[in-house]
Amino acid sequence: MDKYVCDACGWIYDPAKGDTEHGIAPGTSFEDLPDDWVCPECGVGKDSFSKVE
Amino acid sequence: MNSICKAIKISDNVYWVGAVDWTVRDFHGYQTGRGTTYNAYLIMADKITLVDTVKAPFKDELLSRISSVVDPGKIDYVISNHSEMDHSGCLPEMIEIVKPEKVFASVMGQKALESHFGIGSRITPVKNGENLSLGNMNISFIETRMLHWPDSMFSYLKEEQILFSQDAFGMHLAVDKMFDDQNSREIIEEEAEKYFANILMPYSNLIVKLLESVRAMHLPVKIVATDHGPLWRSNIGKIMDLYREWSEHKPVSRAVIVYDTMWNSTAIMAKAVGEGLMESGVEYKILRMGASHRSDVATEVLKSGAIIAGSPTLNNNLFPTIADVLTYIKGLRPINMIGASFGSYGWSGESAAQLNDYLKSMNVEMIGEGVKVKYVPTEADLKSCLELGKLVGTTLLAKIKQ
Repeated sequence: MDKYVCDACGWIYDPAKGDTEHGIAPGTSFEDLPDDWVCPECGVGKDSFSKVE
Repeated sequence: MNSICKAIKISDNVYWVGAVDWTVRDFHGYQTGRGTTYNAYLIMADKITLVDTVKAPFKDELLSRISSVVDPGKIDYVISNHSEMDHSGCLPEMIEIVKPEKVFASVMGQKALESHFGIGSRITPVKNGENLSLGNMNISFIETRMLHWPDSMFSYLKEEQILFSQDAFGMHLAVDKMFDDQNSREIIEEEAEKYFANILMPYSNLIVKLLESVRAMHLPVKIVATDHGPLWRSNIGKIMDLYREWSEHKPVSRAVIVYDTMWNSTAIMAKAVGEGLMESGVEYKILRMGASHRSDVATEVLKSGAIIAGSPTLNNNLFPTIADVLTYIKGLRPINMIGASFGSYGWSGESAAQLNDYLKSMNVEMIGEGVKVKYVPTEADLKSCLELGKLVGTTLLAKIKQ
């Protein structure tokens, strides 16, 4: 599963880790994150993330 | 101070009640040669509302200006559009003095104010699109996360068509007259550009989106009430166009050469690079670090399509002033730039590779491997520098044509 980077602040979403503090279990792909999920660091939405190549 | 400092009326029911900082010259690494203001506003609606506060040492000025209109104790609501301490610095004190019914901030703002001051429990968080009734008037909130902090938001006062935009569209300029048309057009556009370059450049892609979504709201805006510098009222379309232009950063026929030198060799090389740019028909500016401030380099980067960096090698590394400015510029994430490097060295010469690597890590499209010269450049070395400048220039012009 691909990692995604926040274009605004550089925080990396790692699907292996998920975002447990906000109810996202490890193993959740970026695509499966809810539409209203935001970067836990700076608060911008999914549309400001890019796949890490 | 009581009410020696007076409020300035900006519309039927809104007053500017901020503070003017004539003497500040360093703003977290940004040189503010013309000082700044910390703007705060009083909305005399049924619910008397204060929009933002000021940097802590200026609390008395804020209170004085408010007092010239109304007893501060009568303020019902406080809105914090931005948690940074130049606007929130005396918020905790003001809450104690004014004892407002409610203090509003964005969800991220509530978290930030909790981390800064421990006042999270005093904050009523608001979401994007939420409306707040002030009785006879209405405010709607527009979140602008990461423009330029996670907590940032705009507040729009519907009845007076005022957009309280905190740092967006602002500039560091101390003034006695609060409107754009009362100040030198040239100076305010210069300072607005410098502000964008130093504060907002990293978030250019978010700004493009924001301008689109605000346009889609079709909000009539008579005044853009920023948190720094004069307010916009005479030609709001112009500053919006400039913001779009600056955030798109399309290639232009201009280059910035930034360098430092130990024994003048890198300086002579810089001149030769400039001559090459001129021969190719591209405008250029040379900035020597030590004689220039990083915040002015940032402005030049915003105005340019190419960056050419020169550094001697000191103790196996980049000359420290160059490391400083490159770190600063890297953080500003300029887009669509091409670049090159040059420098003189004594024996190990690591700077050449370090410059190339650094510029590449900034997503600058590198033109050639650069020019490195041992001790003092010969005529042939200077010719290479000239050719480098010419190559960058012609590449830039070709890029513009695409």
